This record gives sequence, C-alpha cells and structure tokens, in this order.
Amino acid sequence: MTDTTPDLVPAPATPAQNSLLVADARTRRRNAAETRFRAYGIIAIGLAIAALVWLLSTIIADGAGAFRQTYATIPVTLDAAVVDPKGNRDPEEMKKVLTLSYDKLLITGMQDYLAQEGIQIAGLSDQDVKGFLSDQAKANLRDAVLADPALVGEVVTVPALTSSRIDGYFKGRVTAEQAARDSKTSPEQLQLADALHANGALETRFNSDFITNADASETRPEAAGLGVAILGSAYMMLIVLVLALPIGVAASIYLEEFAPKNRLTDLIEVNIANLAAVPSIVYGILGLAAFINFMGLPRSAPIVGGLVLTLMTLPTIIIATRAALKAVPPSIRDAALGVGASRMQTVFHHVLPLAMPGILTGTIIGLAHALGETAPLLLIGMVAFVQDYPDAPPAGLMDPTSALPVQIYNWTRRADPAFFERAAGAIIVLLVFLLIMNLAAIWLRRRFERRW
Amino acid sequence: MPVMWIVLIVLMLATAGFVLAQRRALASAEGDARRLHSRPAYYGWNAALSALLPGLLVLGLWRMAMPPSAVMAAAALIAALAGVAVALRSTNADFRARNRVEQVVRGLLIVCASVAIATTIGIILSLVFESAQFFRIYPWQDFLFGTEWTPSFGGGSELGMLPLLWGTLYISLIALLVAVPIGLFAAIYMSEYASPRVRAWVKPAIEILAGIPTIVYGLFALVTVGPLLRDWIAQPAGLGDSGSSVMTAGIVMGIMLIPFVSSLSDDIINAVPQSLRDGSLGLGSTPSETIRNVVLPAALPGIVGAILLAASRAIGETMIVVLGAGAMAKISGNPFEAMTTITVKIVGQLTGDNDFASPETLVAFALGLTLFVITLALNIFALYIVRKYREQYE
Repeated sequence: MTDTTPDLVPAPATPAQNSLLVADARTRRRNAAETRFRAYGIIAIGLAIAALVWLLSTIIADGAGAFRQTYATIPVTLDAAVVDPKGNRDPEEMKKVLTLSYDKLLITGMQDYLAQEGIQIAGLSDQDVKGFLSDQAKANLRDAVLADPALVGEVVTVPALTSSRIDGYFKGRVTAEQAARDSKTSPEQLQLADALHANGALETRFNSDFITNADASETRPEAAGLGVAILGSAYMMLIVLVLALPIGVAASIYLEEFAPKNRLTDLIEVNIANLAAVPSIVYGILGLAAFINFMGLPRSAPIVGGLVLTLMTLPTIIIATRAALKAVPPSIRDAALGVGASRMQTVFHHVLPLAMPGILTGTIIGLAHALGETAPLLLIGMVAFVQDYPDAPPAGLMDPTSALPVQIYNWTRRADPAFFERAAGAIIVLLVFLLIMNLAAIWLRRRFERRW
Repeated sequence: MPVMWIVLIVLMLATAGFVLAQRRALASAEGDARRLHSRPAYYGWNAALSALLPGLLVLGLWRMAMPPSAVMAAAALIAALAGVAVALRSTNADFRARNRVEQVVRGLLIVCASVAIATTIGIILSLVFESAQFFRIYPWQDFLFGTEWTPSFGGGSELGMLPLLWGTLYISLIALLVAVPIGLFAAIYMSEYASPRVRAWVKPAIEILAGIPTIVYGLFALVTVGPLLRDWIAQPAGLGDSGSSVMTAGIVMGIMLIPFVSSLSDDIINAVPQSLRDGSLGLGSTPSETIRNVVLPAALPGIVGAILLAASRAIGETMIVVLGAGAMAKISGNPFEAMTTITVKIVGQLTGDNDFASPETLVAFALGLTLFVITLALNIFALYIVRKYREQYE
C-alpha cells in the first residue's frame, strides 16, 4: 500500500489543521487498518489454541469413562457338583468344566439374590438376567476358582463385570429410550440395574483392567484392555532406542566431525533431509517389502515394527544430534587437540559428553514421535487381533503384539459405541506417555543445556 | 533362541580378548605403560573389536541368507576366535593399537552414516520392484489415467488412480486453506507484535498441536468434527449425509498443519533483517504496513517453501483421511461427500491377508511409488527454495 494523497489539488478553503492531538481522517484510517491487522493475528492464535482446547477436551471427556467400570457384587454359590464333578479339587480336572457352567452359577446366584432381597421387576426375563453380566464375568469367575480350588462349595462375592450397556447406563451413554430400541438391552435390565444400585450391589469404580487386560472380542468391549498394546509399544520403543540412538549418533559424529566435503557426504546430507519428509506410510511399505517379504520376519511382530520405526526416527535423531554437536564451541576441540588428543579422542572424550543433553532431548522427541505413529504399523500386520501377552524379550520380540496407536485404530473400526469410549481412553493413556516423554526432554534441556 | 547364545558367547570372547590383550601388551612392556605405543585399553579394544566384528558379521550375513544352524554357530565362533588370535599375536609394545582402533571406529561411523542411503535405496527398490510387477499385469496407462477405481479380488478390477489423486488433492487444498491463513497470521503476530512473555506461552501451546499423534486427529474427525459438520451444515443444506467427508478430513488436517506453517514461517520472518523494518518504520509506515509491504515480500520465497512442505505433509498424511474422509473413490466437487485418497487405498489394499501376485495387492506399491514421487518432488523444490532464500541475508 503506497499511500499517496491524490486529493490535495483542490486547496481547502481553510488550511488543514495539522494537529498532533487530533488525528485526521487518513491517520485514523491507517490506525484502524493497523488495529484490524493485529486483530487478525490475535484471532489466528485464538483459533489455533481454541482448536487445541477443543481437541483435547473432547478426547478427555469421551475417554474418561474408560477408566471406570461397573461391577456387580453378588453372592454366588460355587456348587461343587457343577464346578468339580469328580470332587478331588484338582485344578487340572476342573479345567475340563467349561465357562458355560459358570454362567449358570452366576445366573442362579443373581436370581437367588433378587428373590432374597425382594427385588421384583415386571417383565424381567431370564434372557435379561443372562445379558446383564458380561460374557467375561463367567470366565473371570472360572479363573478365580481354578486359581484357588478351596473356593469350591463356598459362597463367594467376586465382583462380576456387567455388560457394556449396563456400564454405559451409569456413564450416561445409554438411556432408557435407547434401551427400548436396542436389541442388546431392554428397559427391564436398566430397572434391574437401578434396583441393584440402590441395594449397593452395583458399583462403578476405577478400572485397572483397562490398562492391564488384553484386547477382547467384538461383543465384549467392557473387558477390552490395553495390556498387550502397551507391551508391544514398549518393545518397539526399546528396539528404536537400542538401534536408532547409537546409529544416529554415530552417523552424526561422522557427518559433523570427520566427513570430508565430497560428493558422497553431500549425497548423504540430501538423503537425510529428504528421508525426514518421506510420508510415514512409505516406511510401512518398505517394512512390508523388505523385512517381511524379503527377509521373512514374522508379521505383527514388534521386531519389524521397531525396525520400521527406527528407520523413520533416524533422520530426526541425526538432525538433533548434529545441531547439538555444532553447538559445542570449537575452543573445546582446539584445547583437546592442543594437549595431544587424537581427533577421535577429542570427539569421544570431550565433544560428545558436552553434546549429550541435546542428543538425549532430540532422541526423546524422536521416540515420542515414533510412539504415536500408526500408519506404517498397519501395513506390517499389527492390526491383527492379539489376545496373548508376548513373552519377555528377546524371544517376545518375535511374538505377535499390538501397539497403542494401532489398538486405538482397531477400536474405532468396531461397531459397538462402547469401543469409542475405549479408543478415547487409550488416547488419554497415549497422551500421558507422550506428555511424560516431552516433560523429560524439557527437563533435560533446562537442567543440562549450556550456553557458551 | 540359539542366535542369542552365539551373540553372548562372542561377547564373552571379546571380553576375554580385551583382558588378555591388555595384559599381553603390558607384559611386553615389562609392566610399564609408558613404553607402550598406545594406552593399554586400546590394545584391549583392538582385540575385542577383532572378535566382535567378524563374529557378528558372519552371524548377520548367514542369518539373512539361510536359516540358523549348527554350522552357522561354528562359523561365527571360529571367525571370532580367529579375530582374537590375530589381534593377540600382533599385540606388543610397538603395535599402533590406537590408530588401528580409531580406523575401525571411523569405518563403523561411515557404515552408520550410510544407513540413510541404504534406507532410501531400500524404499526405492521395494517400491520399484513391486510396481514393475504390477505394471506387468496391469497397463500403466489405465492406472495413471483411469477414472474408475473398482478393485475386486475376483478379477476384472478397474484400478484408475485419478479419483484417488483427486481426493488427495482436494483434501490437501482444504487443509491448506485452513492452515495457511491461521498459521501465517499467528506467525506474524508472534514474531512482530507479541511481547516475549506472550510468545513464550503461545508458541509452545501451538506446537503441542504438532506433537499430537495423527491417530488422535483421526478419532477427533470421526467422532466429533464429522457428525458436527453433517448435522449442522451438510444435512440442512442438502449437501449430503455422510459424516466422513472431504471437509471433515480437510479441516482436521488443517488444524494439524497449523503449527507446521506457523513455526516455519516464524523462523523465516525472523530471518528478515531488522534494518529493513527500521527503514520502513523510519519513513513513517505503521507496523502493519511495514509487514505487508516490506517483511512479507522479503520473506515470500521462504513462506512459499513452508507452504509446499505443508502440502507434502498433507498429501502423505494417512490416519486422518483413513478415519475422516471415507473410502468411496469418486471425483466430485461437493466437499461434503465422502471421497478417498491414495494413502487410504494403500492401507486398504495392504492390510489383512495379501496375495502378492494379484494386481489388487500390487497396486498399493504403484500408489506408494506415486505418493513417494509427488512428495519427494515437493520436498526437494521446497527445500531448494528455503535454502536459497536463507542464504540471501546471511
């Protein structure tokens, strides 16, 4: 905007009062434009921060429910004739009793409890009582009995998981109107839930199983947990740390301290800059073609995921490490060389330790990035449904596992809305891990960074 | 896992070599370390590396070529033993152990630096080989210029890329329309107006957006933004009734790209020399006039570079479009319809059980190659512009 003043020609009758105290029209216009421009900036920042707040608050609001779960505490008689037909309390023998029998015990226990407490709900069918508890409840009861055969014949009150609809009712996700339309639940069940709740036999409490359980099938969202996914992610982060940190640091040391200026060095430099911007899904294709099809590594294994994420994280670590090495002043190197150290000794004894905080900060940020990456893991088969915990490393690195972000993706693909709550809950877990890593990076930087 | 055991034995051999070589060196100098060429530890390292490198190399190469066996274990152990023996034999007071070790370490550093090149070669090879196989079964003209995408694993699929490319570009365009104005104005405000205290709070806050994994944005698009747009805009206006749409994915991706645009632009605006601003302000222009007429024109090439980088990011983004854009391959102008992108289809064709001989699976590699070429070209162009510009004022 070149502000010429074209309308000066017809001279005003009275000369313009150029006052410093009263702004003329043109100054006011320019000042208004200035204010508007500033306002655009503030609005842009406001929008960005509003988007951040909106994103985080919806995720937290959606996911908080996953950390609480509704359990029914109802006395169940563990009839010895059902649970241990041979009567010798041998867990091996008792394993032959299927979970189905425990289901009957639970239903009987429930009906006895209702009769005893005088709870009567019109139209409550046996089917409703059966569907009130989760399919997982009978399996949990069976596990409890197998773990402690002394329980047989006793009356136990093991907290039993309720079905996801009952759980959703206490979290406000399911209402009576919805229940009337939904084939998987009925209004009578909700009345039953209310009655039991009034009697203190139902409680919604902190759900540690969400962190430790394995994934559960499509029909049992209430039992699904993140245990396998967290282990899988931890294994992959271990691989990334063990491989990417040394390789990245070594590559950076070579490029920054030793590399002669030649064609090869230039090629490597350009390469790293470009690798940093290659879409992550392309690394997934590389992993599928190179590690699985060519090298024959197993699908869904943390080792493959770890290798792919290592290659993806390397450029980040190299760029951060080189910046940290560059920040060490040349006087340090000169002093070391001056007292007779070799170049290798200079780097490893003096430069590298001084650059370490910067390198670790970069590495943690790279790891955080790798932890949240989903797309490449989808291509190497990590979406498979895995219910078994992997073994301890190193053998466990070859076992199929899931990973946190992939587990989130998996749950969003399922029909039951209870899985969305789980997915948002898993995001909270993921974000907590990322927050811890980033805080560690910030702390490292604040604590150890030196300004020369 | 026998391989683990071999690695452990090789490590033990290396440790033993370290101790023995150190002793041997000291003994050859009659216990006086000053008469050695190098510090005693270098003799030890020399022996240890001589055991480790051959042993692990044999193990690694063998493992890649064929399944593990007893012969492999023996070969690895013999290689390690031979290495130690040679190192021990050459250990004496005059042996230049430090130079030797440093040479080996330097070699290792070079190998690590070449991993970057190896990765690129690996990416290109895996994309090109499988794509070549695809084009042997399916004509490339139909792939590049076909407007129908109807894969069916029974055969007779139409695998035209254009609908996917259209969806990719449309979503990226909307994302940039969201991210560029917000990011650019935020960067201008932060670098030209904000007090250091405001800047110290706002800049990290916006950068949090860059640290959030894309799967989180994806879920946000699927659960929050999609239904919101459908219920409040698309359905009342009669534009469609799908929660997944170009608009949903575009807006959410735009939010993701804000920090990308803003921090790059911020750097570039800060690189414009203060003297230009001072000159303009001294002539009487207001700060906003200075920014519009002096700072932005000077920073323009760099900002264009930043936008191109953001565009390449948008084109390669996967999770947001997988969850937010839908899976319908079509070419349409209505932003409230579900469309699909290259990345969505790569995921779609490659998850689950694959038959690596069918064109329906192999097409994913051709799509990957297309994606790689597009993003690489954008990146190289953007980096070129940014670099060229940065040099101007340095």
